[in-house]
Amino acid sequence: MELTDRELIAAVLKGETEGFEALVKKYQNRIFAMARRYARRESEVEDIVQEVFIKAFQKLDSYRAEAPFEHWLMRLSVRTCYDFLRNHQRNRESAFTDMTDQETDWLERFAVDPDTAVETADAARDLVERVLCQLPPAARLILTLLEIEGRSIKEISELTGWSISLVKIRAFRARAAMRKCLAKMTVEKYM
Amino acid sequence: MKIDELQKKLLASARSKPPSDHVPYAFEQRVMAHLRSQSRTDKWTLWSVALWRAAASCIAIMLLTGIWVYFAADSNTSGDPLAVALENTVLASLDSAGDSW
Repeated sequence: MELTDRELIAAVLKGETEGFEALVKKYQNRIFAMARRYARRESEVEDIVQEVFIKAFQKLDSYRAEAPFEHWLMRLSVRTCYDFLRNHQRNRESAFTDMTDQETDWLERFAVDPDTAVETADAARDLVERVLCQLPPAARLILTLLEIEGRSIKEISELTGWSISLVKIRAFRARAAMRKCLAKMTVEKYM
Repeated sequence: MKIDELQKKLLASARSKPPSDHVPYAFEQRVMAHLRSQSRTDKWTLWSVALWRAAASCIAIMLLTGIWVYFAADSNTSGDPLAVALENTVLASLDSAGDSW
């Protein structure tokens, strides 16, 4: 019979460390998917996920079981991803001159007729990744949670620990920052 | 170019394909091995951290005492030098023991 999260956590807190392996197996797919939204290199993704589980193990005694373990783990994951973004703010000032031919083609197609530029194209996804990389960590995090994952303001507030009004302000600023970045990209490309 | 429309389109493209949830082979074993090695080294880590903290606080006390002695000696030039005062204090018990003979 499969043990519940609560039983596994109780066992780990009693010193049966092996019980934690079942928790890792159960949630690792979700954490990997989340980490891949913030890191491109697979080695960085693995480091983020490993850090999430190590922190979870170290802080397990602070889990109060008032909410499902999954929510607690997701909060920890979001904060770890945010820390990763803050520690890897490299290349933010890089220009858009090193865009691939596919990305340039997609952008040109959009400029001529927006309807012909399909959003499911790989080039569009690479382009959005390129733009998100240019944004400050808080802006990237909030756009990912709000616009890409489709989470509510309240959910984001719970995940990040920011107040609802701060989330709203940061979301507004993040959209503005992205527009500014897109404007800069089009100017650099076509002027 | 319509920036708002471009923004919407790019965000829609990011939504259209969620990232993979693939997990590398035996990843959970890697995490567990890391946790086991960490718990083994923990006692020594705690001990070394405690020693470093003790060393840092000893140095801080030494510096504060040094500064205090330096300024105390400066302001007390009319009285006995510190070395004489210290010697008198340390040897006070011997002096009084000699008196009783």
